Amino acid sequence: MIHFKNVSKRYPDGYVALNNIDLTVESGEMVFVTGHSGAGKSTLLKLIAAIERPTSGTITISGQNIAQLKPGAIPYLRRKIGFIFQDHKLLFDRNVFDNVLLPLQIGSFDNKAVAGRVRAALDKVGLLKKEKSLPITLSGGERQRLCIARAVVHRPSILIADEPTGNLDVEYARDIMAMFKSFYQVGVTVLIATHDASLLENTQHRILSLKQGKLAA
Amino acid sequence: MIRAWLTQHWFVFFLTLKRVFSTPVTSLLSVIVMGIALSLPAGIYVLMENLRSISGETASSPQMSLFLKLDAKKEDIERIKQRLEEDSQIVSFQFVSKDVALHQLQQSNGLTDITASLVRNPLPDAFIVHALKNTPEILEQLRMTMQKWPEIEQVQFDSAWVERLNALLKLGRFVVLMLATLLSVAIIAIMFNTIRLQILTKRDEIEISKLIGATDSFIRRPFLYFGTIQGLAGGVTAWSIIAFAIETMNKELVELAQLYNFDLHLQHLSPEDSISLLLFSAWLGWLGARISVASHLWQIEPR
Repeated sequence: MIHFKNVSKRYPDGYVALNNIDLTVESGEMVFVTGHSGAGKSTLLKLIAAIERPTSGTITISGQNIAQLKPGAIPYLRRKIGFIFQDHKLLFDRNVFDNVLLPLQIGSFDNKAVAGRVRAALDKVGLLKKEKSLPITLSGGERQRLCIARAVVHRPSILIADEPTGNLDVEYARDIMAMFKSFYQVGVTVLIATHDASLLENTQHRILSLKQGKLAA
Repeated sequence: MIRAWLTQHWFVFFLTLKRVFSTPVTSLLSVIVMGIALSLPAGIYVLMENLRSISGETASSPQMSLFLKLDAKKEDIERIKQRLEEDSQIVSFQFVSKDVALHQLQQSNGLTDITASLVRNPLPDAFIVHALKNTPEILEQLRMTMQKWPEIEQVQFDSAWVERLNALLKLGRFVVLMLATLLSVAIIAIMFNTIRLQILTKRDEIEISKLIGATDSFIRRPFLYFGTIQGLAGGVTAWSIIAFAIETMNKELVELAQLYNFDLHLQHLSPEDSISLLLFSAWLGWLGARISVASHLWQIEPR
């Protein structure tokens, strides 16, 4: 489903974030990306959603070359992906419900089905009772769950999470990992970047470890 | 698909109205500024239209004055009457004898002393002639023919002032055009700045929307609606300002018109002109927003 071939990313200041990466993620697979901060985990994930463009190499998603995507086609790529951002990127001037509603408004879904979908997504992450709250009143774990609800409400085929358990207690982190597992179980391709080694103990999923922009075996 | 598209536009329309009313003072001020800017050229246009219709009424049958020689006899007058009746180019004519003319002159204010001191009547007999057609060629031709008649001293056009008025109106139209152009540019600049500020305050929303897969047209839409709605509101304000001004001026004009025994009142913009004004102002708002969005949105790229 996702193929990287000789992909490098060099930032304008000369910093090389990724150096000649080759990798394949199959449809419906769950993959972890690990490495120290600055190893290129975030860059790798951002390349998939065309938030960053590679300096060289080709990235194909479902047969489509992302590296040469026209700007007008990028929104439609992003609608296939649910992205959970490291810095959450929530809208603080609207409530929980409206934050989750945003992807559906953008994707021009039918108005009647929309409210039900939003509530279903909120229910899945356990925030149904807080739909009227503003994000500022939520705890760190709740904000993370809100991000997940927003990322899955439009039922994307790929789910990408950048440090989803960053500052959370072990218990919260375990809850969130369980949610990702449930999405994986219904056939969603899941990519999770984390430096949290405790998450990776006794996992049967594939682990890609990045070191200074290169994939270690 | 079309229903979803319509729903989205409705949604954006109400969202925009909410935005307009969420900052009532700012919105009101920019609408008033736009209204005043638009009311200037549109107001002058209305005055000119009125002036033109007044001049059009008076000049619809152009007048010529035939002055007879001072020694003209009764037979000469009869002969001219006959010739005028036979001419197909002439609609009507009216004879003003020298006695009547002197009497009219004596009635005029401030001239009583002068007319009293006259030993004999210095005025000639005259005909006032109305021609069928208004074109300069026909009028000139008529003048040439009548000038050749032996009893006639002079033929005088009374349409000179109409020509002068027309020249003035032409100049006025040019002034309106120039004012309209300048103030339109000003309105576009106002809208450009308003939208720029809005984009800055909505920076997060724009960035996040882009990250989630919003197309450029989706992001542009509320700003374009905002510009159009504010432009339209500016047009309505301009229209109301002109309506109010005309209403007030008509009250004053009634007195003036009574003094001159003349029916004089100003007309408001015609329905066609009103719709043009509203459409144009809405378009100006849209254009200002469009330029602003085009020059600011690309700066907000998610990282």
